[in-house]
Amino acid sequence: MADMMTILATGPFWGDLSPLVWFGLKFLQVLGFVLVLALLVAALVLADRKIWAAVQMRRGPNVVGAFGLLQTIADALKFFFKEIVVPAGSDKFLFILAPVLTLVMAFLAWAVVPVAPGWVMSDINIGILYILAISSLGVYGIIIGGWASNSKYPFMGALRSAAQMVSYEVSIGFIILTVIFVTGSMNLTEIVNYQSGGFFNWNMFRLNPVGEFGVWNLLLFPVMFYMGILFFISALAETNRPPFDLPEAESELVAGYQVEYSSTPFLMYFFGEYVNIMLLCSVMTVLFLGGWHAPLDVGFQFVPPILWFLLKTAFLFFMFAMVKAIVPRYRYDQLMRLGWKVFLPTSLVAVVFVSTIVVFIGDKI
Amino acid sequence: MLTALSFYLLSAVAVAAAFMVVASRNPVHSVMYLILTFFSAAGLFILMGAEFLALLLVLVYVGAVAVLFLFVVMMLDVDFVELKQGFLSYLPIGAVVAIVLLLEMVLVGGAYVAGETQTVVERGQELSNLERFGAVLYTEYGGLFEAAGIVLLVAMIGAIVLTLREREGVRKQNAMDQMARTRKDGVELVDIEPGQGLG
Repeated sequence: MADMMTILATGPFWGDLSPLVWFGLKFLQVLGFVLVLALLVAALVLADRKIWAAVQMRRGPNVVGAFGLLQTIADALKFFFKEIVVPAGSDKFLFILAPVLTLVMAFLAWAVVPVAPGWVMSDINIGILYILAISSLGVYGIIIGGWASNSKYPFMGALRSAAQMVSYEVSIGFIILTVIFVTGSMNLTEIVNYQSGGFFNWNMFRLNPVGEFGVWNLLLFPVMFYMGILFFISALAETNRPPFDLPEAESELVAGYQVEYSSTPFLMYFFGEYVNIMLLCSVMTVLFLGGWHAPLDVGFQFVPPILWFLLKTAFLFFMFAMVKAIVPRYRYDQLMRLGWKVFLPTSLVAVVFVSTIVVFIGDKI
Repeated sequence: MLTALSFYLLSAVAVAAAFMVVASRNPVHSVMYLILTFFSAAGLFILMGAEFLALLLVLVYVGAVAVLFLFVVMMLDVDFVELKQGFLSYLPIGAVVAIVLLLEMVLVGGAYVAGETQTVVERGQELSNLERFGAVLYTEYGGLFEAAGIVLLVAMIGAIVLTLREREGVRKQNAMDQMARTRKDGVELVDIEPGQGLG
């Protein structure tokens, strides 16, 4: 028990509780967090559609509720009340399991994301590795769903998606490695605290000539900035967002792996996708944009830290939505070329470069 | 109590899933059960306080190796019923492997009884899992670690050489050429006289 306690619960409050009370409180905490996430997803879906509409000079959803605020909820209710159609010859158990898996994996990764000082489910030492491990499981929901549908287009979409997600996970791993080298920790809270003091300490804008690594920061800055951009693009590919939405390319594959899905299972896929997008936005905030820290250390103390975190994450989501509206879809071979021949080599070189600076100049072993 | 309960639950799931890997008729289900086995093993690692190894297991085996398994099983139309026809003829060699494995496990268990120096001992919480792991891996076993890296490199090159085939007459796209193309290279405006055509 002692081992588990130190892994799962830190801090004086959680450590003092009896196991049963601990479990109950933790359960309530998780439940509340999931509810908040679900509400945020509803808002994000609407924001996504509104931004998309604004770029195309449309109004977007504006009928249900004021300014269409209740549109997502109405859509969700509609999905709940539809019939679940299971295709003939499909693997029924796996067919239902796949969307559940997607949703569960999307929520699981949130356990280690710190949104404000101390506001984290479990502050484990290897938080980044946990996020990588869980997000690498997300691909199962798609492969199994595509296969269990017993249909051609879903299977093609699932194969594409699996290849795409596995390819981009490799470069995401290397990009995260550079952040780990610079900050010297795999704990997400420590990574955020390392970037305190102002925007010039954030991993993406390392412009502080008097901070750690001194003047060498100016050499580190272009590399880390580039890594931040690579992470953003890889996140697009990882979440199957446009311009990398080949798994569901409607012009070729109808809707890819989710062709046969209707009703609640479809809603689960949809939901999981947006939870994943939100997760990658906040992971990028944590890794590259200083988490909950204000851009300048003076005069902003009255703003609660969670607000900064939300602001940065919302900005990244806005970028996601803009990319969807502006950029045309990639061809599959272009996607693979970008992943394996551009992102992988450059991020590998960046890992060598950053580790050289950290070891020989930062003297931080 | 909770730890013991989790241990028995995870081990039971692991053993049952491992049995189902072999017993399942559908190969895709087999791979699913294999993933469940890996997962339960990762849970057991966490119970032992080896959270780094647990996540590595999930990341490498579940996230990468099992995905490839699933790919192969889905793509190749292997008839497993036919493969199981020759089950009895492989029984002797399978039995030998099983017995050797069992003996090895008994040996490990015996070493634990013999003395704590022979087995894993927890060193306390002052160093994190990762630091302890790295301190041993890159110092005492540094040579072996690099040897493993070279073996992987050779395997990778081997796989590339095996699958690389040069065929005649295949037209390939050069991304650099494509991106360097301008409107001047690609589009030509031609004035066509009525009734003349281009020919």
